[in-house]
Amino acid sequence: MDWSIIWNARSLLAHGLAMSGLLVVTGAVGGVILGAGLALLRISPYRVLSLPAAAYVAVMRSVPLILVLFWFYFMLPLLTGHPLGALSSALTAFVLFEAAFYCEIIRAGIGSVPKGQNQAAAATGLKGWQILRLVILPQAFAAMVPLFLNQVIILFQDTSLVYVVTLHDFLTAANIVADQQERPIEMYTFVAIVYFVICYCISLLVGRNKGPVFR
Amino acid sequence: MNYNWDWSVLLQSPYLGWLLSGAGWTLAVSAGSWLLALAVGFIIGAMRSLPWRPMRLLAGIYVELFRNVPPLVQLFLWFFVFPEIVPNAMGMWIKRGMPLPEFTTTVVAVGLFAGSRVAEQVRAGVETVQTRLLPAALATGLTPLQAYRLVLLPIALRRIIAPLTSELLITIKMSSIGLTIGLMELTAQSRQIENYTFHGFEAYAVATAAYLVIGLFVTWVMHVVDRRVTGGLAGKGR
Repeated sequence: MDWSIIWNARSLLAHGLAMSGLLVVTGAVGGVILGAGLALLRISPYRVLSLPAAAYVAVMRSVPLILVLFWFYFMLPLLTGHPLGALSSALTAFVLFEAAFYCEIIRAGIGSVPKGQNQAAAATGLKGWQILRLVILPQAFAAMVPLFLNQVIILFQDTSLVYVVTLHDFLTAANIVADQQERPIEMYTFVAIVYFVICYCISLLVGRNKGPVFR
Repeated sequence: MNYNWDWSVLLQSPYLGWLLSGAGWTLAVSAGSWLLALAVGFIIGAMRSLPWRPMRLLAGIYVELFRNVPPLVQLFLWFFVFPEIVPNAMGMWIKRGMPLPEFTTTVVAVGLFAGSRVAEQVRAGVETVQTRLLPAALATGLTPLQAYRLVLLPIALRRIIAPLTSELLITIKMSSIGLTIGLMELTAQSRQIENYTFHGFEAYAVATAAYLVIGLFVTWVMHVVDRRVTGGLAGKGR
């Protein structure tokens, strides 16, 4: 055992962790914005809008993230006409993939508000968009927060999958060091501990142990 | 966009065979991991609902450990670290003698991760019926173990079929991480076809469609199972 290996690789590992952080932030922010748009389409009364959105969500939710990463790694250079590199394709993949999950969270949140609220708001004279903005969304938001944070934990764990497109996230950085120095035991144990501490702390924030069902 | 479409390439040898074998490995890993996840999940989930604190704590540690470390990191731990830290003879056997090392390791890693998630569902299912049914079962003369095995777990299982279906779908998708240690499952095979033929659109489209079909089939089967097992209880237990 030689734990100094980790200290010596600190700059590479820190960069890797920053890369994982960038993926989480971009995936969460982009995913929520796009997911909110998708959710609005999905609950729209017009089937031309709701069906494509539902199909998009269903497809994204049934394929592995690794396959989505491969899709964009291959497809983006073809679509744009010039090589883009692993980072932009991974960021695109994360935003589009996470959007499907955030869409479902937002939809579930809106669905958790009792139907009567809609009718009561309409009875006070509010219009469709006002009902959503002033009555439904503020209540739905409370139901969404724990699910949002839960999804961030999953997103953070999923960033490790960019290993397959050799983007240097935290795990991939550790993998490089483990290979070069032939120190897999120390490196992977350290990586596991860091991921555990971060995810466990977020999960304490969520209070997901107190919730009725962990989704 | 300059792209040369050719779907027929997927029907050519050896690419069709690669896709089929990839789908086969995906199904095999998913089935193996799911059985392991159910076994672990039911034991750990039941332990988490016990009124005996040390058991609850032990099971709680398992759940927190396995769901807070990314599955890919767990896979690397099992593949690269585990053989090095066990006694020498066992480590040698894992590295040299163990049959289907990539398959077995992926099943263990994915199964134990999914087990922690199944355990949470089982615990939630047991807790909804525990307060009423455990005293009743014990009053009929069943031992605590019998009460769990014959009364609480079967009823809990019926109540959590829907969340278990999502966990199964997650497990199937998760089986793709096996490609990082060389398991040639569906995603890996479509990637390999892209590398050989540059027909990435066709290869990835077929893999995407295959995952969709598998997902829809599993959802349908679980729906049928749900109707079967809850049929007799419908309206009473739920």
